[in-house]
Amino acid sequence: MSLLAVDGLSKEFGGVHAVQDLSFSVEAGTIHSIIGPNGAGKTTLFNLITGIYTPSAGRITLDGTDIAGKSPSQLARLGMSRTFQNLQIFFNMSAVENVMVGAHLHVDRRFWLSLLRLPSMVRGDRACREECLRLLDFVGLAHYAEAEASAMPYGALKRLEIARALAARPKLLLLDEPAAGLNATESREIDEVIKKVAGQGITVVLVEHDMKMVMGISDHILALDYGRKLAEGTPAQVRANADVIAAYLGAHA
Amino acid sequence: MSMTKSSLLTARVGGMALLSAVLALAPLGFANAYYYDVAVGALFNAIICVGLNLLIGYGGQISLGHGAFFALGAYGSAIATSRWGVPPLAAMVASATLVGLMAFVIARPILRLKGHYLAMATLGIGMIIYIVLKTEAQWTGGPDGMGVDPLAVAGLALSTDRQWYWLSAALLLLAVWLSLNLVQSPVGRALRAGHGAEIGAQVVGVDTSHYKVLMFVVSAVFASVVGSLFAHKNGFITPDIASFHRSIELVTMVVLGGMASIFGSVLGAFILTLLPQMLTAFDDYEAMIFGAIMMGTMIFLPKGLLPSLILLIRKRMGGRS
Amino acid sequence: MAELLQYLFAGLTSGAIYALAGLGFAIIYNASHVINFAQGEFIMIGGMATATLTAAGVPLPAAILAAMALTMLVGVALEKFAIEPARNADVVTIIIITIGASIFLRGAAQVVWDKEFHALAPFSGETPIRILGATLMPQSLWVFGVSMAAIAALWWFFNHTLFGKAMLATSFNRLAAQLMGIGVKKVLLVSFALSALLGAVGGIVVTPIAFTNYEAGIMLGLKGFSAAVLGGLGNGMGAVVGGLIVGIAEALGAGYVSSAYKDAIAFVIILFVLFFMPNGLFGKKGVDRV
Repeated sequence: MSLLAVDGLSKEFGGVHAVQDLSFSVEAGTIHSIIGPNGAGKTTLFNLITGIYTPSAGRITLDGTDIAGKSPSQLARLGMSRTFQNLQIFFNMSAVENVMVGAHLHVDRRFWLSLLRLPSMVRGDRACREECLRLLDFVGLAHYAEAEASAMPYGALKRLEIARALAARPKLLLLDEPAAGLNATESREIDEVIKKVAGQGITVVLVEHDMKMVMGISDHILALDYGRKLAEGTPAQVRANADVIAAYLGAHA
Repeated sequence: MSMTKSSLLTARVGGMALLSAVLALAPLGFANAYYYDVAVGALFNAIICVGLNLLIGYGGQISLGHGAFFALGAYGSAIATSRWGVPPLAAMVASATLVGLMAFVIARPILRLKGHYLAMATLGIGMIIYIVLKTEAQWTGGPDGMGVDPLAVAGLALSTDRQWYWLSAALLLLAVWLSLNLVQSPVGRALRAGHGAEIGAQVVGVDTSHYKVLMFVVSAVFASVVGSLFAHKNGFITPDIASFHRSIELVTMVVLGGMASIFGSVLGAFILTLLPQMLTAFDDYEAMIFGAIMMGTMIFLPKGLLPSLILLIRKRMGGRS
Repeated sequence: MAELLQYLFAGLTSGAIYALAGLGFAIIYNASHVINFAQGEFIMIGGMATATLTAAGVPLPAAILAAMALTMLVGVALEKFAIEPARNADVVTIIIITIGASIFLRGAAQVVWDKEFHALAPFSGETPIRILGATLMPQSLWVFGVSMAAIAALWWFFNHTLFGKAMLATSFNRLAAQLMGIGVKKVLLVSFALSALLGAVGGIVVTPIAFTNYEAGIMLGLKGFSAAVLGGLGNGMGAVVGGLIVGIAEALGAGYVSSAYKDAIAFVIILFVLFFMPNGLFGKKGVDRV
């Protein structure tokens, strides 16, 4: 059974069909990329899967559970995590605190324990902090641990979001244009991180424009255009698909 | 505002130590009972503001009606003790519980609103409560107010300003400790995250509404408890303690002292309670000065006094090393 | 019937003032996304200035002009010295700035004038007009007439003059308007000046009916805000309709239900609108882009 299955999914905004009758599935343990020209519906699809939008029609299932229309925090409880194209970093906190929030569902967050600062809460917090420092190291941000998020460079923040998403211990991680706005070196770094994440057994779905990255790391690619499925398959298959070339890749394959 | 682990500890321990020292030593400069009286007023405001800052500074919400919770605590205690003979402590707890419940009921629908809409909704509720307190004279004594028995626990009455000072100082330290605990805990982080990036917090499982409601209730309860104490100390209360002006005063103290800064709230409350005392010569200009402070702080020091001060100190110290 | 009519007259009179205040809110909100808590003070300054000037012997027309000019000056100064410097701040900050401004202006009024109530002679006498058993004060006709004239003038300005249309464009998309060469700073200044003028006009015509003092602006401003929210924040005509509704609801409520709770009605309306139809009667819904 696939980890994530989308069936007949549609979303319209007052007459504009952002996503139309889309069906596909994502196998556990794979890196699955979604590509398409601007306006193809990639971000809408992402927002539908991650509970920001409610579908106009269709089903989305995660590990067999129907998740269409569930809220983002409910989805977090079901093992889904995501990053954002326009960063949703907590600029009012430090890097490690950002990651610690990611572990929210896995710490003891009872009000009275926190209010009275009971020893069990202190111990739990300390353990959480250690774990989060390890995650920062995993994504290559160990030296930024105590830095204010507001003082960190853009490329580091993109990796910080990934660390935070990982702290939630997801089964499925969705990355919304992880390489957007990054230079070649930074893109390579993110590439490495994504591969490491997948190596941990986490299923990764990403939306991305950077074709080099997409072709390099994906096990499976879904190409969209005008909200509909254009093609899907392995990188080699998609790269050779005439429709995809015509609509999107041009001469850059 | 966040810092390294060791500096967090310093802020907590150092800050509490400094505050304790100030509170313990201040009375040495008090010439007579009046000083104690004014100081208690400042301490009361500080406790309310520490609670209010959790909502405004850390939670990113706003309340232009918190005077109403203060007043409800005051009137609750007043009515229960003076009309029904309920012991003051029980009355205070009962009032705080009722106010907390009321805040909970109001909070869910209201905190779905944002920015201006939230501000106006809290203002509307505050004003309605104020008008009710003024109008239902058979309960509240109307615009002329009502008398309140002094606070007595197990037969011991708290009657001198000196006694009130030490009680309030202890309570402020307690309030600060509790708030520091909250802020530096998973609850506090979740709250701040919701303020920092609401959707970013939701996708990692933070139920942002829950934390906003929680802080609304906590800050309302702080205000109610202080209201009850105020009623007993003052011996007399009028509906003006629920007025728009009072609510704005509280918000100004928080904002002046520093949003998302617990010690900042204490500082802001102290300054704005003591300032009118020092400016009695300028009595006529009080409103103008108050308004100017509000505008000036927000324009030039939007982070508030304490955070700006700390930033300045850090820069100087960074420059030296 | 006569009673109902009486309440309606009262409601339309105060409603007209709320409409002016609400429209003032809408104009400033459209130009800057700021809720100007000092709007009520514009009304107060208009009334106070006129009353004190005429009491000092200045002829009414001159006093009115001077009061309008003074209020517009205050509005422009508010924009320049309090709003401009904080243009990039967040909502809470700006709310506190305008609240601070309103407190400051009230304090200034206290100092410049005094804490007393001031009256103004009705413009065309005090002989009540009898209509179907109800009495209508001539001043009420002034209030209603002048308010509607001011609103009509503004409608014409926004829809039929180049600068007015430019202001509308700025409210729809500030950046685009800037790129088209529209001076956004000027638009802001004009919007504050216009709102101040509207407030002043309201204050001037209503003072003969309801005496004014330095605190008169608080409730008027808040009720004007109620009108703006009811109409749909940012919708000028909506604010006008909202103002009339609030005024009538108040009068009917005070007459038939409870006069003690008259002031609470506007706030109940605010809460009702914010909870059940936050976009007001005529506002539009927006979608958040993530």
